Amino acid sequence: MIVPMPNLMVALPEIFVLVMACVILLVDLWVKENRFIAYALTQMTLLFAAWLTLGSFHRQVEFSFSHMFVADAISDTLKLMTYVAVSVTLVYARAYIGLRGLYRGEFFVLALFAMLGMMVMISANHFLVLYLGLELLSLSLYAMVAMKRDSPQATEAAMKYFILGALASGLLLYGMSLIYGATGSLYNNEVALAIMQGVESKALLAMGVVFVVAGLAFKLGAAPFHMWVPDVYHGSPTAVTLFLGTAPKLAAFAFTMRLLIEGLQGSVADWQGMLVVLSVVSMLVGNLAAIAQTNIKRMLAYSTISHMGFMLLGILSGALNGYGAAMFYVVTYVLMSLGAFGMILLLSRRGFEAEHLNDFKGLNQRSPWHAFLMLLLMFSLAGVPPTVGFYAKLAVLQAALQAGFFGLVVVAVLLSVVGAFYYLRVVKLMYFDEPLDNSPIEPQADMQLLLSANGLGVLLLGILPQPLMALCTYAIQHSL
Amino acid sequence: MEGTPLLSLVIWLPIVAGVLVLATGGDRNAPYARLVALIGAVAGLVVALPLYTAFDPMNAGMQFVERKPWIEMFNVHYYVGVDGISMLFLLLNSFTTVLVVIAGWKVIEKKVAQYMAAFLFMSGLMNGVFAALDGVLFYVFWEAMLIPMFLIIGVWGGPNRVYASIKFFLYTLLGSLLMLVAFIYLYNKSGGSFSIQDYYGLPLTMTEQVLIFLAFFTAFAVKVPMWPVHTWLPDAHVEAPTGGSVVLAAIMLKIGAYGFLRFSLPITPDASHHLAGFMIALSLIAVVYIGLVALVQADMKKLIAYSSISHMGFVTLGIFLFNAFGMEGALVQMISHGFISGALFLCVGVLYDRMHSRQIADYGGVVNRMPKFAAFFMLFAMANSGLPATSGFVGEFMVIMGTIKVNFWYAFLAASTLIFGAAYTLWMFKRVVFGAVANEEVEKLEDVSVREFLVLAVLAVAVLAMGLYPLPFTEVMHASVNNLLHHVAQSKLY
Repeated sequence: MIVPMPNLMVALPEIFVLVMACVILLVDLWVKENRFIAYALTQMTLLFAAWLTLGSFHRQVEFSFSHMFVADAISDTLKLMTYVAVSVTLVYARAYIGLRGLYRGEFFVLALFAMLGMMVMISANHFLVLYLGLELLSLSLYAMVAMKRDSPQATEAAMKYFILGALASGLLLYGMSLIYGATGSLYNNEVALAIMQGVESKALLAMGVVFVVAGLAFKLGAAPFHMWVPDVYHGSPTAVTLFLGTAPKLAAFAFTMRLLIEGLQGSVADWQGMLVVLSVVSMLVGNLAAIAQTNIKRMLAYSTISHMGFMLLGILSGALNGYGAAMFYVVTYVLMSLGAFGMILLLSRRGFEAEHLNDFKGLNQRSPWHAFLMLLLMFSLAGVPPTVGFYAKLAVLQAALQAGFFGLVVVAVLLSVVGAFYYLRVVKLMYFDEPLDNSPIEPQADMQLLLSANGLGVLLLGILPQPLMALCTYAIQHSL
Repeated sequence: MEGTPLLSLVIWLPIVAGVLVLATGGDRNAPYARLVALIGAVAGLVVALPLYTAFDPMNAGMQFVERKPWIEMFNVHYYVGVDGISMLFLLLNSFTTVLVVIAGWKVIEKKVAQYMAAFLFMSGLMNGVFAALDGVLFYVFWEAMLIPMFLIIGVWGGPNRVYASIKFFLYTLLGSLLMLVAFIYLYNKSGGSFSIQDYYGLPLTMTEQVLIFLAFFTAFAVKVPMWPVHTWLPDAHVEAPTGGSVVLAAIMLKIGAYGFLRFSLPITPDASHHLAGFMIALSLIAVVYIGLVALVQADMKKLIAYSSISHMGFVTLGIFLFNAFGMEGALVQMISHGFISGALFLCVGVLYDRMHSRQIADYGGVVNRMPKFAAFFMLFAMANSGLPATSGFVGEFMVIMGTIKVNFWYAFLAASTLIFGAAYTLWMFKRVVFGAVANEEVEKLEDVSVREFLVLAVLAVAVLAMGLYPLPFTEVMHASVNNLLHHVAQSKLY
């Protein structure tokens, strides 16, 4: 039997990233004294991968590897966003890891492998390929969390993450196997077709959907499957928290889209109700628990949970504009949390971890510009115009209201008032209080520039949200 | 002047000036920051003047309209325009900003650039609120103006400022988010438009109207503030620096009442009629009960804050009478209260800057040391109690006239404000200003400086002018008010 050679061009960025990850691993072995080479190579890899993806931007859907791999507008858009997020993460993280003995080749190699996992998730048209990408991402992340070997906190976080992540993977696989039993296929489009034509055992399919949604909720960090999020965010070195709190959200969104929308659109009645519960519980738990936090990393972890709940509102609306809105929400969320964690990294210095909320006290007196950037980021997270966070909320609420979820929308806005409180508290600490210490804030030039662009970007996209919104809608419309 | 984007200038000029003020940097350059802020504020007022001179009072529609696509995805436009109802508020706002910048000239010594910039930003954003004709644009301005106010109260405010600022922000945010839901509902219902004027003609069932009315009500009632959601205001006023209190009382409260006129009445006319009794009841409670509350205050700022709530009760009362007297009276009352409450807060500010106390009990016999100040204070106190020949009288008189046409007992209750208002204002005035010099600190008081004199004199002229000859204020609103009343009289049920 002759297996035809798959069209490798479709997966060119993935192949390139894989090759470069291995190259960097080798290079790092020989050039031990200068880590900057590994760093620069990684950034160049990201740049070149972006060039590859842009050069072959798919306006039409294209398959490869016997239909297991798909490239379309949504995958290319999300991949581009992922490169940007990872690249920005590494810039923010460089000074921090340099001071903490984490500035090693492994950090960059693991980051690239994790990104490869995200890319595979984004481009999967087969349940097992999705799973493959997810595991590659997760295993890299477990290792990154545990990289600071001598820190009991980080080790504990890695352990928790690993065990709960493995449990979630198990749930997901079990759900996939049930769906396979019900529909006879693991290809997204064939599953969709089988459901449309009617399956024999509706109960089996529904069971499968339940497990898949539970697994998804774990990976998204939606309540009540959120237990790992605060501990892992808190325990990891901040640079790793930044990494796992940003780009993987894009992949998780793609994952949800591929599974629920492309694969299980036919069982929308089954999963819609579950998503409603997940969404409400996430917003409730996330917003209420965040108020009680004194550690800003934990606070942002709970804030992530509530944001994921909000994002689910767009997906559960079950309409194209809702998916576009959810995508816009995720992209803007990643932008905001990049900035917020970047600010925490900025305040950390040799021998000092800025992770207490009080470390932000009096920032306006220490550095008005950084306080202003953080102000923009916080108001954006709270969804207050003229920042981009408002439009993300507007788009999602519009979709949910159009789908008739009137009560849900009212609950969502009431809970976001609760949420506004803890973001305001950060602003209060920065502007109304006296600083606890007056050590100067001197970021490296590249970080300073990017952080400013990041904060101002939140404002600029708030004044002109049209291009990004249009891009997200375009990607969704040309892929589904 | 044809083709000049006048309204955009009025909105964005103060904001650009604010950025320039921030660019002057730290407190080393405070004199420059003050100067740039003053130039910016005056320029803002100058560009706003043609709104009045070039305004066509016969035209009931929107004037100075600008419309450009902004967010095509949601069919959102940068759509601004003013009519007889909103035009005067842009002027009042630009005017108040100049006074606030001058009033904060010497008093603010910390983070001067940030203080001045915050007021300029707020001025531009509030102009935007009054001019916006697109739901999203309105909402953006409406929420964005909370941010500078939050910072003003929190950074330059009194001892309990953190509580007051967060309460202020969350209270307002809660109401506004429900309004946002109403906007999105109307957007879906109207087939994809955020233009406010498209909503005017949109037929809605009674249930829809009542729900939308209540959503708008939460937003605007908090802002006015109406009883019983007024509790944030005394806190915010007491803790805010003088400038913050002035802007809050003179402009920000008016935005709530303006919202009723621009949104609730024309979009949900049947619900407005249906719930008018409820609105009138709340307004009368505000007038009478809050008036009594004001009587027992020991803190001057708190007293004026409660007096503001009571006077705003008059405004909402006038709006929900659905006759021309009531509505024009409400508008006149809003403008006049802008002058008077602003002036009273400035007077308290003058005393506070010298004594660092707002307690009535700490004062007494101020007239012996500050005769010029006492004269101004007396004029504004009289105006606040509604003395004829001051602007305070015109609005209250018109609203009472309008109320009598509807129901005698409503008018009876409303008119009681003339007694309560006089009682709490004049009693406070008597205790603070008259009598023997109370203590050594009062003995050391110095009379108003040239800067303070100038600010108070301008306001005194405005209060008297409006009281003696209100025609220039009322003639521009006739056409728009009649148009609105005509529109509200027609049912939108289907």
